[in-house]
Amino acid sequence: MAIETRPEKARGTGGGGRGGVRQRPWWMRPALHTAIVGAVLGYVIGHWLGNVLASSNATTEYPSIALSDSSDVPIVLGYLFGVVGWLAGLGVFNNLLRLIAGRPAPAEAEEEESSGLARYFRFTLDHKVVGIQYLVGMIVYFLTAGLFAMGIRAELLSPSYHLFSSSAYVEIVGEHGTMMMMLMTSVILGPFGNYFVPLMIGSKRVAFPRLEALSFWITPVAYLILLSGLMLGGFPFGWTGYAPLSIQSTYGADSYAIAFGLMGISVIMAGFNIIVTVICYRAPGMRWSRLPMFVWSMVATSFLMVLAAPVLVVGMYMMISDRTAQTAFFIDTLGGSSYLYQNVFWFFGHPEVYILALPGFGIVSEILPVFCRKPLFGYRVATAGMIGVTLLSFFVWQHHLFDSGINPDMRPVFMLTTELISIPTGFIYLVAMGTLWKAKIRLKVPMLFALGMYFNFLIGGISGVFLSDVPADTTEHGSFFVMAHFHYTIMGGLIFAFMGGCYYWLPKMMGIKLDEKLGKIHFWTMFIFFNSTFLPLFAVGMAGQPRRVFEYARSLETLNDWVSISAFCLGGSILIFVINFVWSTVIARVREEGNPWRSRGLEWQVSSPPPPGNFAQVPVVLSGPYEYGTPGAPPVADLSPPTGVVSAAYADTARAEA
Amino acid sequence: MAAEASAPAPAEAPDGRNHGLRIFIPWLVLSLAADLIIWFAWGPHMPPGAMSSSASNQQFDITVMAVMAAPVMLLVLFYFGYALIVWRQQEGDEEDGPPLHGNSRIQATWISVTSAIVLGLFVFGTVELVTASGAGAGEGASPIWTPGGKPLQVQVIGQQWRFTYRYPQFGGFETTDLVLPVGQWVEFHVTSIDVIHSFWAYQLGVKADANPGVDNVAYTKIDHSRSFTVRCAELCGLWHGAMFESGQAVSVADFRSWAASTQTRLAAVTQMLPPYALTYDPTVVPQMSKAMVAAGLTGGAGLYYPPTDPAQP
Repeated sequence: MAIETRPEKARGTGGGGRGGVRQRPWWMRPALHTAIVGAVLGYVIGHWLGNVLASSNATTEYPSIALSDSSDVPIVLGYLFGVVGWLAGLGVFNNLLRLIAGRPAPAEAEEEESSGLARYFRFTLDHKVVGIQYLVGMIVYFLTAGLFAMGIRAELLSPSYHLFSSSAYVEIVGEHGTMMMMLMTSVILGPFGNYFVPLMIGSKRVAFPRLEALSFWITPVAYLILLSGLMLGGFPFGWTGYAPLSIQSTYGADSYAIAFGLMGISVIMAGFNIIVTVICYRAPGMRWSRLPMFVWSMVATSFLMVLAAPVLVVGMYMMISDRTAQTAFFIDTLGGSSYLYQNVFWFFGHPEVYILALPGFGIVSEILPVFCRKPLFGYRVATAGMIGVTLLSFFVWQHHLFDSGINPDMRPVFMLTTELISIPTGFIYLVAMGTLWKAKIRLKVPMLFALGMYFNFLIGGISGVFLSDVPADTTEHGSFFVMAHFHYTIMGGLIFAFMGGCYYWLPKMMGIKLDEKLGKIHFWTMFIFFNSTFLPLFAVGMAGQPRRVFEYARSLETLNDWVSISAFCLGGSILIFVINFVWSTVIARVREEGNPWRSRGLEWQVSSPPPPGNFAQVPVVLSGPYEYGTPGAPPVADLSPPTGVVSAAYADTARAEA
Repeated sequence: MAAEASAPAPAEAPDGRNHGLRIFIPWLVLSLAADLIIWFAWGPHMPPGAMSSSASNQQFDITVMAVMAAPVMLLVLFYFGYALIVWRQQEGDEEDGPPLHGNSRIQATWISVTSAIVLGLFVFGTVELVTASGAGAGEGASPIWTPGGKPLQVQVIGQQWRFTYRYPQFGGFETTDLVLPVGQWVEFHVTSIDVIHSFWAYQLGVKADANPGVDNVAYTKIDHSRSFTVRCAELCGLWHGAMFESGQAVSVADFRSWAASTQTRLAAVTQMLPPYALTYDPTVVPQMSKAMVAAGLTGGAGLYYPPTDPAQP
């Protein structure tokens, strides 16, 4: 595959390498196939080691391990060694010592980052390649997890007739919830954040390309490990994994803990890369006050990831050691506490739901001015909203424990913080309404999705206020009301914004046009069936149906059937997106040149798809990205600034900092 | 709330239409109508009904929330709808819109009004919490609010996949039937002997997590005698979906006679049980299951649920 691209690439080998470029045959070069070989080898080694540790011979030396469920240790070690093998097979660790020592990688390593299709199956350091990898990966993960949702709704067609056994049903519920919640954390930051943040801030590169690439290559292995749980009997505790149920469960729980922990590591690395890139790699003139809202949302999300995900990793680590080494972090009678897990999990879990919400706010705030032909109303308010949500989201987690028997004095505090967070969230609506005021609204597909996001998130947000009030929450807690609430904010908010981002930015990423007519059909079917699926669920929850049940009151059968049929139609509308995506990018391939939306965004000022290195020269940013209709507003950036301007700007900064 | 609507309303628009007023007046009418309907027509039928004190309180809170939420939702929806109809791009109009970057008066108004609403909700919620309204939610071992007098104590023991109930004031017998008196405060002590469950008596407005090793207290006073459903509201494993049972609220006299007769009937079984305690060590589980088998109930502690129930297809 990559062979035909080598000759053209071979000429540009400047210094750095040891002499000329040695060519290795394609099957020797690290790529997907070597990664798979590495993963399998790693798993076998880890499993063998675990068996040795837990075998009867070792009982005297490691009694606590031998006394644990005998297969947990081999499975955990198998997974961990498999991950290391996968990464080694991808070539993540190649030249690691050289790089640590500060010497450049040999030319051969850079050479192997060929162009062409092959680079998408490699550990490639180009942020635009990583963005596309993430995009395809996220769509695959989303479709897989969506299929599980179809399974849930199929079972709930009848209150008593069972399509699945009770164990299969909880497996499906757990896989759907966990896959959505752990992998969709990166659904916007992964594809669009990695791809567009450097373009939007006028940088030629990201700060940590290796961390960025690594953050992507962990996601497929986390996805596969989570799915492999099905072969081990699944896990019966949903996506929250409350102890002691998770400690008591069979081997499938190991796949949950390892996959979720891995995904935590992935988002930490992704977040670090975005934060440092935005702080250190902005072009001259790209002041914080000119930063596009999407970049602000990526920075806010990254801070949440970097600060919250370590807690998740620790929680998963404690769960694994409880399950294998017989520690007792979460066992009451042995000095642990099941509240510890709930607190650790939600200390991560609540910031996580804002990791899922903020990128959506960023995308819609980006789309709105372009299709209103007006500046963003209240730029500072929008920024304050993002920062406010970021800060407050760390102080609300105990509202998940309102009925759990925690110290009741804490409940007013967490009620207050939970209600306070609706103020910065409301800023997003103030900004939207101000931007729509006397606008010239063009209802293109991205704009439709942005408006759909505002509609859905309004319902999701307001239902959240119901949940913050303790007496009202007593009825709603743990019921389908909660489930409808967070599907409105995550699917109705995040996924609608993701779809809007796809229609808005795919012409930029791939240089092709997505079919407008199919796009409109996709939007309207998705919007109607989304609401028709989740709006009745508020009523179902209020009528007393708890979450994650497979039997329910017969009086709720009609509503549940309505919801299930709507959900299947919603699945169908997602298929329209997939068809449009494949049709437009693979078959029709209608070229999209230039700037179809007439956007002022810096990313639209370069060709589509952007050239390697993004910009021929570092641009000088002259004005904000939303100056639509502003008389005398300079162009957004000078893409070929006179010689010396950029170096002078950097020299100024250096002097100011000194 | 009125100030919120006036927010996007600067003086007379250049095209001669006062958009602010054209949004404000229909919004005001719609909001008033919606709130009246919610308060007077819908409120009395809001879940979870008015079977007990805590249920009525939750119904009241949900109604108050809905009354607050309706105008906010209507404002945003009506505004968006208005904008989409009135401010659409005209055919062939490629001009940009007016360059409005913000308006500090509107922004300040918005921030003050939303803050006032939120702080109002907080004060309302806190007052509710220190009164009996928050008593239906599990409050741990030391609740903020306690009823005077001597409430009826009922211990709820969660186990996979059944709730059982002990009545300490009647010799501590354990049964699978939940029978409660009308007109008397009931003090639930919710605990678990295996994993986390959540005791949810829907019509009573009581929800309290059953944590192993934790005594989680909730109160309610029942006003009407009828049956109510009990479900588990925290995923607790394979048969979580089948933790579905019903309880019965009866008059005080009926309750006393039921409790007395059950106490005598189960006296031998109660002897075999571990003594009543607020929480149980898992080591007593075999003892409990033995008693349950003696009482004619199948299995116990994990084996509780007969494998044929609920029936497989």
